[in-house]
Amino acid sequence: MTSAPLAEPATHPEAEAHQQRLAIREGVAVGLATAAYGVSFGALSVAAGLEIWQTSFISIVMFSGGSQFALIGVLAAGGVAAGPAAIASAALLGVRNGIYGVRTAPIIGPGVWKRLAASWITIDESTAVALAQPTPRSRRVGFWVTGLAVFIGWNITTLIGALIGDAVGDTRAYGLDAAAAAAFVGLLWPRLKRMQAVAVAVAAAVVAATLTPLVMPGLPVLIAALVAVVVGLFNWLGGSTDASAASARSGLRL
Amino acid sequence: MTVWQIIILASIAVLALKLVGYLVPPALLQKPTPSRIADLLTVALLAALIAVQTLGSGQALTVDARIPAVIVAAGLFAIKTPFIVVVLVAALVAAGLRALT
Repeated sequence: MTSAPLAEPATHPEAEAHQQRLAIREGVAVGLATAAYGVSFGALSVAAGLEIWQTSFISIVMFSGGSQFALIGVLAAGGVAAGPAAIASAALLGVRNGIYGVRTAPIIGPGVWKRLAASWITIDESTAVALAQPTPRSRRVGFWVTGLAVFIGWNITTLIGALIGDAVGDTRAYGLDAAAAAAFVGLLWPRLKRMQAVAVAVAAAVVAATLTPLVMPGLPVLIAALVAVVVGLFNWLGGSTDASAASARSGLRL
Repeated sequence: MTVWQIIILASIAVLALKLVGYLVPPALLQKPTPSRIADLLTVALLAALIAVQTLGSGQALTVDARIPAVIVAAGLFAIKTPFIVVVLVAALVAAGLRALT
């Protein structure tokens, strides 16, 4: 990780090449680390009742860890009847990617196809690595290398996980339901750095648990999301934020 | 709805949201309130999913081997254990407790 934000001006070719090498190294490292837990997504997706090809389709097209875990989590609890709630949960968890795009669009530059490809791989990891680089070119390199490394690694390991999950059979006996809960803890943990986030997390968990016996599966999670809207709107317990950069960074689970 | 329809709709929705940041005027999303809500939305949904995944069993709330597994997982994440290791240990804790009881 480079420390000084403006270490070298872009006019020194050697320094620029050095920054690019650092960006590539960081992107590949993040890609490898992320790929490691693609296995758990693949296995849990099959455990939730999805087929291997459905599991791979999600990792290729949706390609956003939090949304993917949410989709299969809600489907595992409520079955196909919870479909609309599963779609809504996945979409709401994908909202932050849209916010990241505002920061990464100037890094990518113009061009319809380039932007379309870039938006596909705009996730926590690619955004965080890109924004951490000191020069415009190293930011661009960091974004593409990280996005592609995660995309390739995540999809290979999703398939491996799905094949393992398919072979395992009885998933409860192997504790895969607990593994799914643990995976969500891992996605949440890095985001609990501020008091406001902790308060929202506790309140949302209480709301979801309380509503579980009362409303149809999937809905408790969606209703709990209202906690975030209300607290965020009035900024209760909050200070100032540079939200998108901080959010992308805290989404990293290394 | 079939499983395929659910998967395709959800995937398109998430992909479309990624495009939004490249299409809308930056001023719209860069205000503090929308980005703060998006940030907290992620937190609230993940926390709610933990609660349901740990305590839910259909529409009932149950106390079983998942609770100790999740507590162990939280402890391991607190000391910066890698994701895949924690998920494996959580599965082992739950599977072990179920095998014993």
